[in-house]
Amino acid sequence: MMFSLTPEELSVLQLSCKVAASCLVVSIIPAICVGWFLARKEFWGKSFIETLVFLPLVLPPVVPGYLLLQVFGSRGVIGQYLAPLGIDFAFNWKGAVLASAVMGFPLLVQSIRLAIELVDQRLEIAAKTLGASSLGAFFHVTLPLASSGILIGAILCFCRSLGEFGATITFVGNISNETRTLPLAMYSLMQQPDTEAAIQRLIILSLSVAFLALWFAQWFHRHQKKRLGR
Amino acid sequence: MLIDCQFQLQMGQFHIEPNFQSDAAVIGLFGASGSGKTSILHAIAGLNTPCSGIIKIQEQTWFDSNQKINVSTQKRHIGLVFQDAQLFPHKTVKQNLLFGLKHLSQQERHFEADYIIELLKLGHLLQRMPIKLSGGEKQRVALGRALLYSPKLLLLDEPLSALDANHKAEIIPFFQKVKEEIKIPMIYVSHDIQEIKQLTETMWIL
Repeated sequence: MMFSLTPEELSVLQLSCKVAASCLVVSIIPAICVGWFLARKEFWGKSFIETLVFLPLVLPPVVPGYLLLQVFGSRGVIGQYLAPLGIDFAFNWKGAVLASAVMGFPLLVQSIRLAIELVDQRLEIAAKTLGASSLGAFFHVTLPLASSGILIGAILCFCRSLGEFGATITFVGNISNETRTLPLAMYSLMQQPDTEAAIQRLIILSLSVAFLALWFAQWFHRHQKKRLGR
Repeated sequence: MLIDCQFQLQMGQFHIEPNFQSDAAVIGLFGASGSGKTSILHAIAGLNTPCSGIIKIQEQTWFDSNQKINVSTQKRHIGLVFQDAQLFPHKTVKQNLLFGLKHLSQQERHFEADYIIELLKLGHLLQRMPIKLSGGEKQRVALGRALLYSPKLLLLDEPLSALDANHKAEIIPFFQKVKEEIKIPMIYVSHDIQEIKQLTETMWIL
């Protein structure tokens, strides 16, 4: 029997992928900057910044969700000034992006930081002695050599976003077609009777997406390692 | 004066005061491991900063503590060949060779890529990745990459020390060819006095 998706399942999957992809798009450049700073620079207050970045990883997800509501909700500290400008995070998919970006950021930063730490700094020096600026050395040497680590971080962040539950439901609720991503749809089904079959289908869907993404990341990493001989 | 270096360098607990002047085109810098040879080269390259003194190459001042001059590495325009080649592992031999050349304007380019590729016999290696090269081939590519940057000064930091005797014998003629055909002042660092005697006329001993 073919595993074909019902229109509801398809819309949940589409929304989940839209939220996860947007989360990645808004996080990737800040994460590369933060990852680079943590890998290459020593500065006053570094351990404080590290703690702040990694905090969402260990907090109960409800806490970042609640704080986001206080700050970016329509009557929040920042949200009340953004709302008149048409930037509204409360109870819509953009809020779901923000919530999963906060939760996925530590994973992304940590992978990128480790990848940059592994790049031999003497290669950056070699690039500079050949006339490259610091930025040129970064784009032509550091970034391509760290690319497999960055991709793995991106996939972890994408998967984390697909699975984001606590912060999302606290911050933007569970609204069909707006904030109801895969885990929230499963949760909704569990509240109703006789939905075992539907839940199982969503579980298979989640497993397949996560498995494919992680598998691709591992494959790419091995391929890069072989190519560069590391 | 082609090369005029008098400076004080502090590296942690370690203090050295090189004082070298020379008009010879090729200079050997000899000293045991840990005597600060690489630190001196890095100071000349602008990769570390002396506490005081001057560095003048071909009448251009690169560093002068009294006049507060400290030209950046990129503007010093040196060719540095490292002990272990330091080729970019994600670029082909050709891309490695052209990396420095790309940063030069037409007027600054003193050598054609084809000329250097022929001189160092690199033609058959161009499409290879560095991982597929032998130690000697890597050093030839590193030398070619440095030369194609048309440097004002070539700094060779123990370029043969990672090679076995066979590969050394294979690559020394290339250094001699470069020395004879390409008139760039060179500082050749080594802890092997035979190597220095083979390649240089003037020697500084640390």
